[in-house]
Amino acid sequence: MLSAHRKTAAAVAALVAGSLLLTACSSTSDEGAGNGGQITLKVGVFGTFGYKEAGLYDEYMKQHPNIKIVEDSVQNDSQYYPALLTRLASGSGLSDIQGIEVGRIADVTKNLSDKFVDLNTLGAANVKDTFYPAKWASATTSDGKVLGLGTDYGPLAMCYRTDLFKAAGLPTDSAAVSALWPDWAGYVKTGLQYKAKAPANQAWADSGSGMYNAVVGQSANQYYDASGNVVVSTNPAIKNAWDLTMQLSTQGLSAKLSQFSPAWNQSFSTGSFATIACPAWMLGYIKSQADTMSGKWGVAKIPGGAGNWGGSYFSIPKASKHQKEAYDLISWLTAPAQQTAMFTKRQAFPSSQTAAKDPAIAATTDGYFGDSPLGQIYSEAAAGTPQAILGVKDGAIRDLIVKGVTRVEAQGQSPEDSWSKSMADIKAATTG
Amino acid sequence: MAVTVRTSPTKKAPPPRPRAGKWRTRRSRWDLKLSPYAFVSPFFILFAAFGLYPLIWTAWMSLHRVELSNPDQMTWLGLKNFTDLLGDAHFWNAFTNTFTIGVISTVPQLLIALGLAHILNYKLRGRTFFRIAVLTPYATSVAASAIVFAQLFGRDFGFINWLLSFVGVDNIDFTNSKWPAQIAISVIVIWRWTGYNALIYLAAMQAIPQDLYESAGMDGASRWQQFWHVTIPGLRPTIVFTVIVSTIGASQLFGEPMLFGGGGSPEQGGADNQYQTLAMYFFERGFTDQHLGRAAAIAWAMFLLIVVFVAINTLLARRARSAN
Repeated sequence: MLSAHRKTAAAVAALVAGSLLLTACSSTSDEGAGNGGQITLKVGVFGTFGYKEAGLYDEYMKQHPNIKIVEDSVQNDSQYYPALLTRLASGSGLSDIQGIEVGRIADVTKNLSDKFVDLNTLGAANVKDTFYPAKWASATTSDGKVLGLGTDYGPLAMCYRTDLFKAAGLPTDSAAVSALWPDWAGYVKTGLQYKAKAPANQAWADSGSGMYNAVVGQSANQYYDASGNVVVSTNPAIKNAWDLTMQLSTQGLSAKLSQFSPAWNQSFSTGSFATIACPAWMLGYIKSQADTMSGKWGVAKIPGGAGNWGGSYFSIPKASKHQKEAYDLISWLTAPAQQTAMFTKRQAFPSSQTAAKDPAIAATTDGYFGDSPLGQIYSEAAAGTPQAILGVKDGAIRDLIVKGVTRVEAQGQSPEDSWSKSMADIKAATTG
Repeated sequence: MAVTVRTSPTKKAPPPRPRAGKWRTRRSRWDLKLSPYAFVSPFFILFAAFGLYPLIWTAWMSLHRVELSNPDQMTWLGLKNFTDLLGDAHFWNAFTNTFTIGVISTVPQLLIALGLAHILNYKLRGRTFFRIAVLTPYATSVAASAIVFAQLFGRDFGFINWLLSFVGVDNIDFTNSKWPAQIAISVIVIWRWTGYNALIYLAAMQAIPQDLYESAGMDGASRWQQFWHVTIPGLRPTIVFTVIVSTIGASQLFGEPMLFGGGGSPEQGGADNQYQTLAMYFFERGFTDQHLGRAAAIAWAMFLLIVVFVAINTLLARRARSAN
């Protein structure tokens, strides 16, 4: 039999184990309004949405002392989205607010509408008119549920290095540069001129994939048709985008980097390319990667006409325990006043047409980009953008074609072989 | 009067058992029989919940079409997912990559580990320090080491390319080529596991009796011959063990190639899938493309391949042992 000493030890051990089990099994609750305690809202995003950097979270927390905002950011949407899907499938680990990229919003509205809150029930109908109709419609399901509020838009422009242009004998003023490339053929031609004068390790563009995404963004018909069929292999707009990109890739005009990789981040500071297709959100990237390059960049119009690349939404998963507070936060963040602030501070172009009409937007410039009339360029681009038909696996298809561009640029594969492989990969990814 | 001879030894009749003791002896009987099972049951309960059940459920899923966006809806497909794999070029590409990366990483690793163990066996000064030092790579996290090595193997500003420039080699784009990428990934794996295997060999070497070496030396065997004819045969079971464990590890290689690429879609193993391993392909199909049923089939195919490899390993080891 156990001695008395052993018995006490056994009892203490059982007590400790039992209390540990109890703490482990009890759920932490920070139910706010009821007991007046703090509510922590978790915001899950990818890349740099910019709200934190612009100080908007701090402003909101000052206005609402019982709310604490915690942002959780993953570098890239390609890693963010599969993780989000897994968490939605298991119903746990979700944030109160999840960012959704425009390449994924069609998947959300068609397949995941039962996992996100219909924002109409929280009052979204009141803010509908402040948004661009196209942006609003993309986040609405066929039976009228609104699953996301638009955060930013991605009107296209072309960013260029003023110092490198000067060294190669090209003009540096924004209007003059825009005149160099009224269309993509002009862009490639200027690139060849640049290549002739520039040192060997300075490429014209960072990557063919930037140009590819820009050209696709200028077309209303992209990877899907209106009935939801994948048309990537037959759509002439996509083949055209590919062929134009190949002109860049096969003539040595690209620095062969993979966008959003660590090497690409580094390249902003080392200056290995002179131009990069920059939707409004790219400006924030450029600024945050290389402070030393302030004043050495400029913004000109994109060749070929207005287009859009990217833009995101905020949505609220049904698993969130603070849906009302989360909706208050996202409707405040996407309100016209805050969207205007986001453009003047972070160059995230508004998805709110009310905000876009604000004269402060059109007058915006930023010292980092010299005296380029950013606001004007982006406003005009946003106004002229065609409304794109979105599809469920847009993001995945785009990634697979971008891979194809890398194969040609960096691995020396022929454009025809690379195109066939991309089409085969897309078929494997999109057919169940 | 007949005397009955008792053949059985003298025995006192057992005293009648008291009522209270009946329960106690039953408990002690149970204690003897059942407590071993009770002691191992926590492990097996956890295994049943987190190991066995997912295994069976994955097998069940592999016979259906299941999508990640809607995991409750399962359409029966029979063995179609498996037969599709047989004709799937991506699958065989991933299989070949796993095999080649496995060979390039495992063979040099074990050979270096053997040599290191032999050296560490000598009475060096500070040998404890060296023995701890070889184990430190094993103690780092896979993610941290893969990211740092990816930087070292960078195209424009990587350390390796800088060293290579001194011998006149142009910048190698490790991430975008096939064999340089596979060799780079193997370097990361070798760096991590060599010390671990070296210490296992060292422990086994120290169990080889010293007089075997002395008698070999007296017979005129050189150091190399002693190593080949005394040390290696003594290490045979350990070598078989490390080969099996390394093979299993190599077939599941995931972290290092995944983090090597950087940028978007790392699970694709390069723009041409040139260093995509089976585990990465399974991740791509299941989580990026949302086809859980097909991913489950890939996972089970991986399992069967590992079983085949280990069986071949064991067969060869048994043959080698019986040939002795």
